[in-house]
Order: sequence, then structure tokens, then C-alpha cells
Amino acid sequence: MKITQEIKDNTVIMTLNGELDASSSVLLDEELSDPEIMKYSKVLVNCQDLNYISSAGLGVFISHLQRFEDAQIKLIFFNMQDKVRNVFEILGLDLLMTIVSDYEEARTIANE
Amino acid sequence: MNNTIRVNCTKKNLKPIRDFVTEYLTALSLSDILMNQIVLAVDEICANLIIHANHEDPEKYLTLKVQTIKDQVRFEIADQGRAFESSNYKEPNIKEYIRMGKKGGVGIALVNRIMDKVEFLSDGSQNICLLYKKIK
Repeated sequence: MKITQEIKDNTVIMTLNGELDASSSVLLDEELSDPEIMKYSKVLVNCQDLNYISSAGLGVFISHLQRFEDAQIKLIFFNMQDKVRNVFEILGLDLLMTIVSDYEEARTIANE
Repeated sequence: MNNTIRVNCTKKNLKPIRDFVTEYLTALSLSDILMNQIVLAVDEICANLIIHANHEDPEKYLTLKVQTIKDQVRFEIADQGRAFESSNYKEPNIKEYIRMGKKGGVGIALVNRIMDKVEFLSDGSQNICLLYKKIK
């Protein structure tokens, strides 16, 4: 699992590359727990190269959602592969999180 | 085709387990989504066994066996850790988990929603989890 971050216009663009399982999700938790991220009002997560997610990866996002919402930080997922999106859908998480098709749409929603 | 894998109880072995299941399922020409779901269900059970039942003890092992019986694929996962108590299991309330900032607890829900049948058996020393999924 490789996680990279880019800062652009008060927005964090986080790119996930690889597989998020019980072993690698610790990395994601560390990234999202970094107080630095709370300085930005938008976090866009590029999931194009996220090839797999298990409950451990979902759990990391679930555990940070409320904190982000309380801090009025928009967390938006984009470019998600169908098989990965399906895992969010099985638990109904697609209705509780913002998952959009591409970067342009993510930018538009982030700027609303 | 080799249909059994035995690994010790470390989280690093989840990837080889997924690769093993993927390799087995590839021959069955499933859709990407179905293949991913089945791999996920096995991964969730193995992660639970490694982390909770065996406390990531590298001296302990689990064995996964897969076979296709008629129109369904069957997984048998055996270990000697603490038995899963399915009577204590409660379906997660995701909205509540979000509110609480809870990190875990949705794995078995995924398994139950993906697989057609999930069984946990134990004779006191050996535990076996059986997963069934219709594929045709």
C-alpha cells in the first residue's frame, strides 16, 4: 500500500495505491490521524489504483468520518473501481459517504 | 490444482491467502465483482482468526481448503485458536459506528452478506469455519 498526498488550493488530494487490508490499513489510519490534514477544508481521495479494500480499510474511514464532519472537512472519494465501490455498497456506506466518478466532479462538489 | 494453503498467524499472510483464493477462482471465470467479494469474505474470516482468535501468534497456524462442489465453491478454514461465538454476534449499526468513530466490527457483516452459507464449528481444540457461495 502506498499513500501519497498533494496539496492544492486548500485541498488535500490523497492517492491510494495498492490493497487496504488488516495489515496495511494502519498506514491509512496514520495519514488520516495526522493533525496537519485538519488544516484543510477538503480531502479528495483518488481511488483509481486502490485495487482492494477489506473491513479494516473501511473501518479506518468509518472511524474518521464524524471527526471530519465535525470539523466541516469535506471527504470525497473519486475514481473508485467498481469492485471496490461494491464493497462500500454491501454495507450501505455509499449512501453515507461521498463517492463520485471523477476528479472534476469531486472538485465541483468540494467547492459547493 | 493445489487447493490447500497453510500459513502462520501473522497479518502479512493475508495477501498470500488472497492470492491463493484469486488463483483458484480465476479458473472459474467469475465476474470481477463476484471474484472480489469471495476473496474478501475469505480474507475477513482469516483476518479475524489471525488477529482475534490467535492474537497474531506466529507459532500458530491456519489451514484454508477450497473446493468446487457442483455449482458452489466451498471454503474450509481451520485453526486452533479461540472459537468464534456466533451466538454473541450482533449486526453492526453503521450509522452508530460512524457517530462513535468505531474502527472495527463490520467484517463478519460483509461475510454474511456475501456468502450463501456461513458455519462455525468447534470441537474444543479445532475450529472450522465453512463458507459456501453459489457461482453458477
